[in-house]
Amino acid sequence: MTETFADLIACEDVLMFVNAAITSTGQREFHHYYGDQRLSLEFLHEYMRENYRELYAAALALNINDHNAAMIISGLLRHAADVPLHRRRAEGALIARRLELLPQHRVYRLFRDLRRAKVNNRRTRAIMRQWHAARRDQAFDAVKYRSAVKAAVRHAHIPLDDELGDFLFRPMSRKDFETPIFETWRRAHYEHASIYELPYTVAEGFAAKHGVPREVFLERIEPRMTRLERLRLQESARVMKKVTSVNERADLAGAGLTRLASYVLGLSLDDRAARRAELTGALRTAALRLAGASAGRWGKVTAVLDDSHSSYGSGQKRRRPLAVALASSYLLEALAAPGGYTPLWVSGRADELLLYPYGPTPLGERVLDALDTAPDRLIIISDGWDNAPRGLAADVLRLWRTRLDPGRTVAITHLNPVYDADDFDVRRLAPTVPTAGIRDAEDLTALVELARFAEGRVGLSELRAHLDEQTARFLEAPR
Amino acid sequence: MTPFRLDGLTTGPAQTWGSVRLVPLLRDEPVPGLRLHRKVYDADYTIVDIGDGSAYVSYIPHAFVATWSGDQLPAASYGTRLIGLEDEQPEPPPRVPVRTARRMARRTAKDRLRFLPLHLAVEGYLALHFGGPEIVWEEWSRRAVAHGLSPRCEEAYLGFQVRGLEDALRIFEIHPGQCGVLVYVADALASAFVVPHPDDYRALHATLLEDLFGELIYQHGLLGAPAADLSGRIDDASVRSLADLRAQAARLSREWADFHDEVMAAGLFAGERSHQTVQYLEDFELVRGLPSFELRQENHITEAIVGADARVAYLKSFRLSDAQVRRGYLLTRLAAHDWHIGDTAASLGMEAAAFGLRMERAGFEFLLRQDVLDHYRAQARRGTAERPTAAR
Repeated sequence: MTETFADLIACEDVLMFVNAAITSTGQREFHHYYGDQRLSLEFLHEYMRENYRELYAAALALNINDHNAAMIISGLLRHAADVPLHRRRAEGALIARRLELLPQHRVYRLFRDLRRAKVNNRRTRAIMRQWHAARRDQAFDAVKYRSAVKAAVRHAHIPLDDELGDFLFRPMSRKDFETPIFETWRRAHYEHASIYELPYTVAEGFAAKHGVPREVFLERIEPRMTRLERLRLQESARVMKKVTSVNERADLAGAGLTRLASYVLGLSLDDRAARRAELTGALRTAALRLAGASAGRWGKVTAVLDDSHSSYGSGQKRRRPLAVALASSYLLEALAAPGGYTPLWVSGRADELLLYPYGPTPLGERVLDALDTAPDRLIIISDGWDNAPRGLAADVLRLWRTRLDPGRTVAITHLNPVYDADDFDVRRLAPTVPTAGIRDAEDLTALVELARFAEGRVGLSELRAHLDEQTARFLEAPR
Repeated sequence: MTPFRLDGLTTGPAQTWGSVRLVPLLRDEPVPGLRLHRKVYDADYTIVDIGDGSAYVSYIPHAFVATWSGDQLPAASYGTRLIGLEDEQPEPPPRVPVRTARRMARRTAKDRLRFLPLHLAVEGYLALHFGGPEIVWEEWSRRAVAHGLSPRCEEAYLGFQVRGLEDALRIFEIHPGQCGVLVYVADALASAFVVPHPDDYRALHATLLEDLFGELIYQHGLLGAPAADLSGRIDDASVRSLADLRAQAARLSREWADFHDEVMAAGLFAGERSHQTVQYLEDFELVRGLPSFELRQENHITEAIVGADARVAYLKSFRLSDAQVRRGYLLTRLAAHDWHIGDTAASLGMEAAAFGLRMERAGFEFLLRQDVLDHYRAQARRGTAERPTAAR
């Protein structure tokens, strides 16, 4: 064993960074303000980039969230002066792959940030050009993200064909366009009917310009909405009692598990009770699809899930921690052996569909209850603010490991959906229990595996191997 | 001797944020027959619609009540009032004319005044209790002409100004069945707040921010010393099974509750307290409590609604700062000796002149006539010149 002290620290730093990059979105949390978090996160990124640039770039291959991916990319592009060529190549491949996965508006925001920071080296321009060339429908992008595309094109000197160039920079110079969507866009300036053939966000502006009543607009634009737009708008449309058609077509079956849980928690309690069968069915289906081949193979699972007042999150990420817990609960139910799953919510409530953030966090007591059920696996999903009484969960877990279960018959994992700006990490419960950040219930299985690194029993070399493997898989994945 | 106890309230586990520690008080069942409302009245004093048939008494915290009196002057009800629903036309409460120019009374609308919670109580307590000799009342009235509601100004800080309190209250997770809270800043008891029903508590939790806090609490907030972890340790050796662990956890929470009630909150009702029943209604009475004004001790002024079984239904307390305690102390001594300066000075073992100057330092120079005060000063100067040590 040639593990040095520095290796241990590196291992710890990387895990800390991965936890942060999974959970932190730069938004306000229940305990910390937006500013605290941004400051804390910026420092963490800089620290990682300066000390472990290779591992920092490799994080792009992990399931980190889009906010942090964009931060890493911009950090790598900004500070590249003394990086050797082969490293730049490797970074470039990771960046290009990640950019493909990012939602477009995030990519455009990243390009804008690069422009604002006056990053215009050859590598950056090449990356932007490649990304743009790989877009499937450039005309559609140009209409939907017109000003962002314009800024990117200008910044990276991207060559354009005639019509696209005219559309972006001299739209009024032409009497008509050959590309249909450009032509529709031109017409929408003058006639109402063309509005409804444009993407929803663009059409909204034209509707306002022409003074189209909101209900008429929503009714007619509905077929053009994306699935997320539909999910987002249907409740507000229903509250306005204006559009009913949006509601009927909402596609619950296709939505992701965590998003579905968020949607359910956003409904009023009466609605949830009335639509119980539909909602439970949708959640179960999504969970089963997600569990895939591992369904029913986790044995006896007990989960301690946090639905205390702090699971409300903040105005910016409303009920996110609770939604993650709810989604994970359904997923764990699918993963556990049939009938072998016990969910224990800290408030003591049993009806999962009617949850709302309420009450203190008696985590210690619930962990005791959970250990009483003698599970194979114990999953704790909580922000880690154990306060009734404070620190009891840590004591219970410590004593369980040291005195009652030294042989580790129960695999305990703590998953934390909230970034703690003061610690540059997610809040831990006890040193003996591995903690990993979680943003989407979709990543739960991978995170439980990753959490073994956090126990400190696996060294840096193995972590590096794990990251290399992830990177290779990430780069090879079908496009 | 306390006429009431915090019976029926159990102490829950504390939650801390920075230097603020909030200790919840829980009730097994709410106090029947009494509800609290946060209401601002813009018309004349009216009966509160409680909505719930079983409760027939309403309480209006004075701090939230504002109304116009008959002669179109803005006025605040003086202290807390209880009203029964049966009284068709309740007696208008005693009122104190208020000048809207004063900073404590804020005009929020043409016919509405908002008052900072406990502010009137702080001034009212001292003024009411030491009603004593007629001559002082006249003095105070003259001051009142120049300075508004109160003959004496006491300073206090808003909850907003206590650093960390706002976040601590926002982050605090309210327990089911919680009917009260004790606020500690750097582990000095700042305020106690108890209501009869958990729903009332949920509604009024945020109003703690508008409450008053003494200078000491404000300073402790600035100091920012984090509240220590006071939870006990589990005895590792005694744990052999999960049941043992559970028993240890129960023991810890019991020990915490005892420690809190006997040590941390001991100052709330400590010492020789005097109580004044302001009003009776049905089974409840409204009580004001004054501390013993012992120097350099915790001194809390309280207002409470107490049931027939001496159970506290409502409680609000304010911790006096040291200067306020000194003033209260001087006034109690004066009251005990019929406001005779010579007698009071003798009982404290000092000369009349020295006592007069001590009153001046405490901020009571307006109680003494100017010529008398000048005489004392001259005496002290001479005394210092001739006998430097004896004058102390």
